[in-house]
Amino acid sequence: QNNLALYPRTASLKDEEEFTDILEERRCTTDLGYALRTFNPQPYKGAPSSSTSDLKKAVLESQYLRYIAKEIALETGSSVEKVRQEARGILEEMSHNLQLGFIRLMAYTVNKVFKRLFRSIYVNMEGLNMLQQAIQESPVILMPNHRSYVDFLIVSFILFTYDIPIPVIAAGIPLASMKVVGEILRRSGAFFIRRAIGSDKLYWAVLSEYVRTIVRTGCAPLEFYVEGFRSRTLKSVVPKLGMMDMVLEPYFKGEVFDITLVPISISYDRVVEESLLALELLGVPKPKESTTGLFKASRVLQEDYGCMHVNFGRPLSVRQLCEGKINRSEYNLIPRDLPQRPSTEIQDCVNWVAHLIVRTQEEGSLISPWSLMACLLLQAPITTLTEEGLQWHGLTEKTLWLRKLVLDFRGRLNWPDSDVMSSTVALHHSIVHHKAGRVCLVQDGDPASQDPLSPEEGVMRTAAAVLMLVSYRNQALHVFVRPGILATAIHITKSTQKDELFSFFCFLRDVFANEFIFIPGRASQDFDEACSLLQKCGAVHMSEQEVTVLETGLEVLSFLQKLLQPFLDSYQLIFRYLCENGAHVFTEKQFLPAVQNLATKLILSGDLHTFEVLSSDTQKNVLSALRRLEAVTKLRASQQNEYKVNKAAVRRTGDILCKIICDIPVKIKLLFCVRLENFVLFFTLLSLK
Amino acid sequence: MCHTFPALTSDRSSRICSLLYKHGSSMASNSSGSDSSDRQRIAQQRLSVIAGHLQRPVEGNSGILAAECKAQGDKLDVSSERRTVPRRRQEIMKWNGWGYSDSKFLYNKKGQAEFTGKRYRLSGMIIPGLREWMESTFGANLQHKTPAAPILNSSAVQPPTLNEAFLKELKSTGIPFSHDAEDRVFRSHGHCLHEIFALREGKIGRVPDLVVWPNCHNDVVKIVELACKHNVCLMPYGGGTSVSSALECPPEETRSIVSLDTSQMNRILWIDEKNLTAHVEAGIVGQDLERLLNESGYCTGHEPDSMEFSSLGGWVATRASGMKKNIYGNIEDLVVHIKMVTPQGVIEKSCQGPRMSTGPDVHHFIMGSEGTLGVVTEVTMKIRPMPEYQKYGSVVFPNFEMGVACLREVARQRCAPASIRLMDNEQFKFGHALKPQVSSIFTSFLDGLKKFYITKFKGFDPNRLCVATLLFEGDREKVLQHEKQVYDIAAKFGGLAAGEDNGQRGYMLTFVIAYLRVVLGFKYTLVLDICRNVKARIVRECKDKGVQFPPLSTCRVTQTYDAGACVYFYFAFNYRGLSDPVHVYEQVEHAAREEILANGGSLSHHHGVGKLRKEWMRETISSVGMGMLRSVKDYVDPNNIFGNRNLL
Repeated sequence: QNNLALYPRTASLKDEEEFTDILEERRCTTDLGYALRTFNPQPYKGAPSSSTSDLKKAVLESQYLRYIAKEIALETGSSVEKVRQEARGILEEMSHNLQLGFIRLMAYTVNKVFKRLFRSIYVNMEGLNMLQQAIQESPVILMPNHRSYVDFLIVSFILFTYDIPIPVIAAGIPLASMKVVGEILRRSGAFFIRRAIGSDKLYWAVLSEYVRTIVRTGCAPLEFYVEGFRSRTLKSVVPKLGMMDMVLEPYFKGEVFDITLVPISISYDRVVEESLLALELLGVPKPKESTTGLFKASRVLQEDYGCMHVNFGRPLSVRQLCEGKINRSEYNLIPRDLPQRPSTEIQDCVNWVAHLIVRTQEEGSLISPWSLMACLLLQAPITTLTEEGLQWHGLTEKTLWLRKLVLDFRGRLNWPDSDVMSSTVALHHSIVHHKAGRVCLVQDGDPASQDPLSPEEGVMRTAAAVLMLVSYRNQALHVFVRPGILATAIHITKSTQKDELFSFFCFLRDVFANEFIFIPGRASQDFDEACSLLQKCGAVHMSEQEVTVLETGLEVLSFLQKLLQPFLDSYQLIFRYLCENGAHVFTEKQFLPAVQNLATKLILSGDLHTFEVLSSDTQKNVLSALRRLEAVTKLRASQQNEYKVNKAAVRRTGDILCKIICDIPVKIKLLFCVRLENFVLFFTLLSLK
Repeated sequence: MCHTFPALTSDRSSRICSLLYKHGSSMASNSSGSDSSDRQRIAQQRLSVIAGHLQRPVEGNSGILAAECKAQGDKLDVSSERRTVPRRRQEIMKWNGWGYSDSKFLYNKKGQAEFTGKRYRLSGMIIPGLREWMESTFGANLQHKTPAAPILNSSAVQPPTLNEAFLKELKSTGIPFSHDAEDRVFRSHGHCLHEIFALREGKIGRVPDLVVWPNCHNDVVKIVELACKHNVCLMPYGGGTSVSSALECPPEETRSIVSLDTSQMNRILWIDEKNLTAHVEAGIVGQDLERLLNESGYCTGHEPDSMEFSSLGGWVATRASGMKKNIYGNIEDLVVHIKMVTPQGVIEKSCQGPRMSTGPDVHHFIMGSEGTLGVVTEVTMKIRPMPEYQKYGSVVFPNFEMGVACLREVARQRCAPASIRLMDNEQFKFGHALKPQVSSIFTSFLDGLKKFYITKFKGFDPNRLCVATLLFEGDREKVLQHEKQVYDIAAKFGGLAAGEDNGQRGYMLTFVIAYLRVVLGFKYTLVLDICRNVKARIVRECKDKGVQFPPLSTCRVTQTYDAGACVYFYFAFNYRGLSDPVHVYEQVEHAAREEILANGGSLSHHHGVGKLRKEWMRETISSVGMGMLRSVKDYVDPNNIFGNRNLL
């Protein structure tokens, strides 16, 4: 059953060869002719052709919404009619209004823009064929990753081109408020969800009934980003479960026979908003989505963004995924129209499916040569990068070495031809420039006003460039994470005992669970995978009890360990900040700049070698990790995200990372009150030593 | 005949025709415009109807009543002497299939499907559409036949394990018994697919060691006493129509197994016309009970699909349900008084009152006990004057969803006719395939016209439309009024009245595609989902298990309740190319049942649990519930004399 869930590995190379450039054909025909082509998709077989107004009516008149409306009226003391009126308003704001005419308009525009932006858009035809078939059998959920605004309409564009029903797409409400564009998106199938819904019961009810009705009737495929938002770091984001819950519920309640999930991996050679992302991560606020902003951004149209790959994954049957994991009869005793809190069994299953999808997206995405170069560039000292530059020859050689490692690790590569490296560096001229056999980091800013730059501003300027590199490195990270964590565990523990390594592996996996995607409950499989990959590339030798490092493997291990070092350093620094900072209670607003200040100071003094801790994403991840480990708790009563820190717990977590890193012999007592059983196991092992 | 499909192979087909005949005739009585006051004449007509489709009992079975039940010999026996079920049932019925030996489907020399025998109206007729339907639905054709073992090979039957002491004392009571191989094999099975399949292949497992034929309650008391004394395992046997493996002998049973055949306890002992009850021996089969009551102008109205062969005691023991329960009620509503012989003695209530508030109703320990506690010997049932008027009807709906919505509304208004059933599209098509050859050009022209009207003029999609069949009963005026009310509701849901003929054909279908007879109670909200999911699951499972042709996977809503409905699922597949079709069938059926339970269906609506569905009992009634049943069993039958191991 489980090998159905993940890509059959053997097929991956074959798929790779079957990517077709869909822009090639577009360039030969007129845009208008394309937009007006006959569009005659085969819908889901049982689906009645229902209009948008039918859908809205079904939602509003659902037993579920009636029930919730009554409940809310009772709680708030207002009349049921008023609540229902409010629900109607919410639905109006939310609902899509898919119209073929606008699909054509969308296709026309998108076609024009894409032809300008990209050299090619590669799509795997086999995946499309499977999708086409799946759509006729059961309701389909399209689940792309989200790396750029550009991919918002790419799936609709491809499906229009290949005569497959156009999806309705979950989008953030800010898009709706854009003049004209918002309405065009709405008519191209977007529906809009407010951010931070919190505890607005009515909103949740309307949204969930709306989503469930779409799935139940199968009137159109549903597209949503399981990661919840655009990844600013180009790294996969831990999935959000709200939408996933709603989508799967019709299956759990037996309202549909099955649901098909189609993970879609979209990879870019170069992301359109790369510099914006880096600035945003450094705390420069993101420009509000507006139509005028969109026009201003039209200068991006002048640039070359290389190729885009859209990889449609194998359709996954929810029925098969959930088999043996859940017992659906828990829904039998309460009318299915009424809200029912799912059991932890169901919640765990939803969480598992969501993680599985993100992992599948990762495995389906293509790694570009540039990502590998970014990995290597980031391991060079920062002064080398900013000043004299890195030797081109050495870099290319090392990149080829890394290419082989990726292939050993069964990653999917996008490696078009031999000249690839210089062309890729040329494509990314905004980040690095290659001159006289050396590669340097490009630092933004006016050369004229270079002098009055303060040291702090200098750090931020370098950081912006580094973070761009970081995000491209992140595109390749998923291939290296598991062996990387094992390499780190070997490095830190200096142990060869398999079980000891395993418990440290689990510890790291747990600490970094907000940073990388780990499928819950698969720790031992992840460990086995890491072991077998390291063995495969000749880095370690495995026996029943032991993992021994081979001479030939030092290069691989050191590369992997250095790859993850920035994460360890960043976490360590933030732990330190939390322990040394006087207050026990802090707000997110205080926390982020304070960490940034501390980090800037340490970078300037040469005590900190990573810029990644400056990224608000990293900072937030650490906070989430600590909350998950119950070392930090969010204060419920507070309005402005106040947190309470348990310094002892944070310090202990840090100690494990730090003290062992520094090779100080430790005898940590079993005082740890943090949730992790792994710790306990690990400490027991240590104190036995 | 082409034996490629379990569903149609045998012999169930004979039942199709029985219904055709019966319903057809009662129709005739309607159209003759019978006068409502003339009850006697109606009774006569109905009698002739039933007599028509029942073969006269085979002569030469004089042994049946040889051993008179002395205790009751002088009591009034209001019933006539004609009986359907002889002791040697194999003389008129198939030993390895359903129904009478002389009635079956064949492909004739021209390759057309034909029905043999003389018992039924369809007998000797050609059914032109059937072959094409089978070929297009299953990919079955004439070249692929699987012949059945023609006669029972007695040497394949294990010699009986006899308890000599028990046998000796039994002989002294004068109660007839037999350990003839044919008699024993006949009582070793019900009508589950795997049971019939094994018989057709000549495979015979554990069978009862002895068959006894008690003639009355007191005989049963004697037999049970002897069985307790000599530690013999007793398995009550009524009509033998079980579809829950309830009659299968537990292979682990080492004691001598005695099959207690109740068929000779078949008299109506008295009729109370003032209180409208009848006291009947529990071995009587449905058709005899109705026939005998009809002679006096009464009926029970309990008409399960198996009523030709199933017995009153069996209905009680399995909590049976009849087609016309909307008017007459299910068995639990019909029963007033039960007498059961258990190892601890006889259980019965002290009066024939219609209702008591005396703690939990002990009848509910008996109803559904499936032969694990004792033998039901006598039952007092409610009876009703025979309805003066019957009318069939049918409604075509554009799709199944609309049909279900209409049934819901009909039940909500509590105006359900005697029977209302909704067939899905697949069954509607099957019903069409079973139309006999039409005699005149005019009829076929009319059919064409009707089809044109519905599909072209009204725009119904022939691949989505579905049909509800209706049966109204009562006095003429009320029936017509009632009919109008139901058709008016149907019209609100897009239903078009589609004539009496379609209705009749719908009822005959009940008896045709029989194999996956999973019957369950559902809530209305679930009906649509469950129908779709279970059908889809069956198709998917068949595909996974290597069935080459898409299976027939279809369902029918057969009963409506205030708070739910009963749905039948059927499936049939062409097993060509499968090495173990029975196993595939069982796997698919198992999967279907899991799907039903996962979707909020019940384990069984009226077929009972038997051994087939035992594994889901705890899940269904909770551990405490199991404990309650267990403790009743432990008290009533501590030595497991009634050792058929059903239910628990």
